[in-house]
Amino acid sequence: MKQLDFEALKHSPSFKPLTVLNEQGDVVNEDMMPDLSDEQLTELYKQMLWSRIINDRATKLNRQGRLGFFAPTAGEEASQMGSNFAMDKEDFLLGGYRDVPQLVKHGLPLAKAFMWSKGMVNGNKYPADLAAVPPQIIIGAQYVQTAGVALGLKKKGAKQLAYTYTGDGGTSQGDFYEGMNFAGSFKAPALFFVQDNLYAISVPAKVQTAAHDFADKAVAVGIPSIIVDGMDALAVYEASSQAREYIVAGNGPVMIETLTYRYGPHTLSGDDPKRYRTKEEEDAWHQKDPVVRMKNFLTKKGLWSEDKDKAYTEEVDKEIDDAMKEVESQPAESVAEYLKDEYEVTPPAIQHELDRLNSKEGK
Amino acid sequence: MAKLTMIKAITAAMDEELARDEKVQIFGEDVGKNGGVFRATDGLQAKYGEDRVFDTPLAESGIMGLANGLALTGFRPVPEIQFMGFIYEAFDQIAGQMARYRFRMGGTREFPITLRTPYGGGVHTPELHSDSLEGLVAQIPGLRVVTPSGPYDAKGLLISAIRSNDPVVYLEHMKLYRSMREEVPDEAYTVPLDKAEVKQEGSDVTIISYAYMLQASLQAAKDLEKQGIHAEVLDLRTLAPLDEDTILQSVKKTGRVVIVQEAQKQAGVANQVSRLIGEEGILYLDAPIKVVAAPDTPYPFSQGEDPWLPNKETIEQAVKDTVNF
Repeated sequence: MKQLDFEALKHSPSFKPLTVLNEQGDVVNEDMMPDLSDEQLTELYKQMLWSRIINDRATKLNRQGRLGFFAPTAGEEASQMGSNFAMDKEDFLLGGYRDVPQLVKHGLPLAKAFMWSKGMVNGNKYPADLAAVPPQIIIGAQYVQTAGVALGLKKKGAKQLAYTYTGDGGTSQGDFYEGMNFAGSFKAPALFFVQDNLYAISVPAKVQTAAHDFADKAVAVGIPSIIVDGMDALAVYEASSQAREYIVAGNGPVMIETLTYRYGPHTLSGDDPKRYRTKEEEDAWHQKDPVVRMKNFLTKKGLWSEDKDKAYTEEVDKEIDDAMKEVESQPAESVAEYLKDEYEVTPPAIQHELDRLNSKEGK
Repeated sequence: MAKLTMIKAITAAMDEELARDEKVQIFGEDVGKNGGVFRATDGLQAKYGEDRVFDTPLAESGIMGLANGLALTGFRPVPEIQFMGFIYEAFDQIAGQMARYRFRMGGTREFPITLRTPYGGGVHTPELHSDSLEGLVAQIPGLRVVTPSGPYDAKGLLISAIRSNDPVVYLEHMKLYRSMREEVPDEAYTVPLDKAEVKQEGSDVTIISYAYMLQASLQAAKDLEKQGIHAEVLDLRTLAPLDEDTILQSVKKTGRVVIVQEAQKQAGVANQVSRLIGEEGILYLDAPIKVVAAPDTPYPFSQGEDPWLPNKETIEQAVKDTVNF
């Protein structure tokens, strides 16, 4: 009897990552160079620098006890801002807990993002026209909800999409598969980002799966996927932009894997990357710094300078100070407010709780 | 007005709401062309189209994620989980997401979702179809848990649930689907959420129950009446949050209470009712609170349902024990 060759039956499409800029900031792939004006290119860089400054200041504010939960984003500026830059204001963003920069650039006031970090309900009170939900803590949950939001947009005939992010570890969740599979089945306008930063806390990506690439997982649901150099903002932007166009034209969802790295710990809640990463590895990734790469590109084009960096940094510092002032003048959290927020029509049992609380406070 | 089974009353409620509000979306496994495994959605896709009533892939978390996402884009989703035993698959989307979305967004978004799911024993289903898991969902702040005990309430409560801008878990006891008929108005009407109802007035003891056990309690009460015991029978209808006032009023009147549920003793909502009476109504009591519930084992093999499930006889015995305490 003929033996089946199971090794040969393994899928290993091994996509080559899409790159536009090399590490020195030179365009190495003219064919994929985004059609962006000088102003737009500068704005994209400013968003990346903004995100880096926020990351550094938020880390300090966390250490001082002035902010709470924070998942560092340094190293992921190209992946986060490059993708978000390609989206429309009315596209619906469902981010994970590390995807706060996209949320702010999508329209959430910075002060509210900081309130979210501190754990204040006002941080999650979103204006009616903000097409987004607060950062999702349950890894994978945003993926199944994205399928629902995308189907809703499709049913309304909107020319918008829903976009979402998870990490490499998140690709192991059931909801990751279900979300993409539902969106594929309903041909819903959804864009799924996998930001592969090589680690889920301490667990390296290769422990998550035997798949050659996370992008291979799109094969299981029958949707297209692409791998992008996640340290290259122009590559991420162009892939996202083209994916968006394809999706809103009614062709169904796309998955994009961005190869990136976080320079900091998983979160500031006690994780120490020295336990599981080498200095050599970190140094190698610092050579690929997405912010530096984009800055070199703009500087060579005569669009940016060290002075502009300095002036912009001061501007963002002021933005952060103003936001913190707003955060620190918020009223204390109130259980009465919580009880009132819980239901639109407050059930009598909850009303009794509220009455008891109010009479206690009245004493 | 026509005499309808509960399943027909449920279909009628969805029919009314699909016609009334174009935002209503019904979806789940086999609810479309097939009309549902119990025919609950029979004919609805043909009448309202595949855009309003549609099948989904076989994945409960995906179904509830779909519901949450549709709610975020302004729809009024009425998803179905084929059997309640399968909600474990969707528990994050129910408990971790749907229940708390309004709260976590400080009341700035609405989640008008009605999750329908069948449960309940006595019809010899295979494993994990009949489990009474209402206690799990009743423990989740932000939800309403509703279960009707007959056709009239089923239609009115389902219409109320669908119209509510807060999420409702609506539980349909399988043994009630076709075991009885009641007069059900042809037009739309509502039965209020958050309200228990005295189904039978009495003075000696209050039997508090819901769903199929409510019917068993009414039968027990009829027998007890012949023996001179006048039981008041209270249908909780909304299991969470509880209608505290109606429960306490009845207990105050009778001074004795038997709480009857099909779920195991450690599950269900009897313990919550008991806690309420212990806290707020202990001085009304002439006898200890009695709970009739199933044994604390996993749901039985189907041939073991008869000895395992509470029934009219166990209810009667509990009432007599309480009255004669």
